[in-house]
Amino acid sequence: MNILHRLARNLMAEPIEPPIPPPEETIRALASRLDDAAQRRLGRSLALRHVDAGSCGGCELELVALRGIAYDLERYGLRFVASPRHADVLLVTGPLSRNLHEALVRTWQAMADPKWVVAVGDCATDGGVFKGSYAIGPSPVLLDLTIRGCPPSPAQVLDGLLALVEAQARTRW
Amino acid sequence: MIAAELIRRLGTFAPAQPWRRRVFALDAWPTIVEALAATPAIELLAMWADTAQVHVLLHDPGLPEIMPLSVPVQEGRYPSLAGARPLAAWFERMIRDLWGHVAEEGPALLPWLDHGHFPSSHNLAPRPTPAAGAPEPYEFHVPDAEGITQFPFGPVRGLVETAGQLRLTCQGDRVIQAEALLGYTHKGILNLVRGKSPRAAARFAARLAGEATVAHSIAFARAAEAAIGTEAPPRAAALRAVMAEIERIAIHCADLRAICAAAGAPVPEARFAWHREAICQATLAAFGHRLMMDQVIPGGVAADIAPEGLAAVLGAVGALRAELPELAGMCAGRLAARLAGIGVVPAGLAAFVALGGPAGRASGRGFDARRVPGYPPYAGVAVPTAPDGDAAARLRLRLTEIEIACAALPAMLAGLPDGPASVGQPLGSGEGFGVAEGARGDCWCWLRLDNGLISAAFLADPGWRAWATIEAILPGAALSDVALIIRSIGTGNSGVDL
Repeated sequence: MNILHRLARNLMAEPIEPPIPPPEETIRALASRLDDAAQRRLGRSLALRHVDAGSCGGCELELVALRGIAYDLERYGLRFVASPRHADVLLVTGPLSRNLHEALVRTWQAMADPKWVVAVGDCATDGGVFKGSYAIGPSPVLLDLTIRGCPPSPAQVLDGLLALVEAQARTRW
Repeated sequence: MIAAELIRRLGTFAPAQPWRRRVFALDAWPTIVEALAATPAIELLAMWADTAQVHVLLHDPGLPEIMPLSVPVQEGRYPSLAGARPLAAWFERMIRDLWGHVAEEGPALLPWLDHGHFPSSHNLAPRPTPAAGAPEPYEFHVPDAEGITQFPFGPVRGLVETAGQLRLTCQGDRVIQAEALLGYTHKGILNLVRGKSPRAAARFAARLAGEATVAHSIAFARAAEAAIGTEAPPRAAALRAVMAEIERIAIHCADLRAICAAAGAPVPEARFAWHREAICQATLAAFGHRLMMDQVIPGGVAADIAPEGLAAVLGAVGALRAELPELAGMCAGRLAARLAGIGVVPAGLAAFVALGGPAGRASGRGFDARRVPGYPPYAGVAVPTAPDGDAAARLRLRLTEIEIACAALPAMLAGLPDGPASVGQPLGSGEGFGVAEGARGDCWCWLRLDNGLISAAFLADPGWRAWATIEAILPGAALSDVALIIRSIGTGNSGVDL
């Protein structure tokens, strides 16, 4: 079946796949919460710059999933950007390996105010299982929000990001 | 096979299971290196060290056995292997950074894992030394050519990528040299596992590389079991294989999604992302974790499959299998034309570097750890290969492997043997090797246990050989194809960075 057929079929028919249950519920609840808060504060937009600070790659797999059609991050105005100069939020994964401290700090410094740091996963929160290794050090940037999990599911990351939007709206307005 | 014959005659045995190590005297080692240089067919799979010896894992494609070799380190020095196997140079840089052993008469030992930011150096040596102070900036090689531009990619790169640096030297839009600098995500895993029981240390093996968490966990568990001469019960072996095949499908979907994204094919990109998500949801229901981290442990598996998860896995796998012909159709035509002739890995290179996984098999290297050396419960696994070696062949091969895994899983789940899903492990001493075929290639583990505690370990990710291949094939490519080529080979950084 070619793409035009698929498009026509999907426009005319009910969705063929059943919605994936757990995230849909979370997402609907969060979507209603986002409406009040985010519109006032950020005009429904939050640009994310991801920095791998020593991750095993598990968190990246789940962050990539956020961008796919199952979660469709962009419908909440949340999107990944390439340049830190365009970013509002620094998403940090990994246990803050010392070899990446400089890259992390330089990315943070390149971002314009207002800006936030979100630690994604147990590693970025407190080192996770790697706590105490010679190769990891205390975070060189202040964390505004931590999202636990090893790795956190896409729904948990989404939950955390939308919570950040709401919290900022309350404190600054 | 002169080299194999020499190795057999010159070495003395050191006990290790299931493959005994052959230990060579320092003066016999140059003969071995020479023989290896004359026998390019023998593959270097991994190289590592402990406080007294340097170990090399070799495989002769003509023979079923795996050959671990060791050479003693004398006064902190040992003879380099890089003259016979260029990839050894990266391992030798890693060995210098972690243990402080210096490879003699090899290429310059530039930093690899230790970028000068650790409080101490040679952290796996008996006495780590205080760090030397401010690090010197890493010097990338600048070729002597007219009109060149160097592009630094990374360590922060892409939209969502793991950290690593690739320095590309270009003439116009043609790459003429590629140099990888890895080690950014070094976490000190080999140090963290020391002094722990295999059960406690399994968490680190599960987090060496997120895209091969099941495969590395199986290799680690099998090494721990081999060291003390035990074997996981049949039900555990079968459940491990179920998890490994699910991981293969999920990671192939993730890699295919990434390839489609880089090639500008949004429809299959979305479909592969959807199926990976559906598989992860089913996995959560079946094993309690979307990526199955910490589910494989020495002695078996952490928990049996949840009864309601069985149907979820079958459902997700069945849906993917039903859509595969359509997905293959989307991947043919214009997408295949975009990928044809891109990132060609010649068969000779794949064999020489011992490139693993679907990338190696798409270049005619028929290695699959499930077949050789093989491990339970696999018997008679179909190992498809292709001769073309380009990005299109790698894409097709991943689709074929998804099909094979999807077809095998229902029977595997229906035929799960009865019995316990794990058995207790006695305290013991010994040395063991383990291997498992992950989605991106063969994952190896070596462990030395001392009264039930790990005294030395190494985990070898297929990424070492994948990165070496990427460095070798990028020259000549268009700058705009680089991301596509890297994704089509498929490798992470964390597994190499240890």
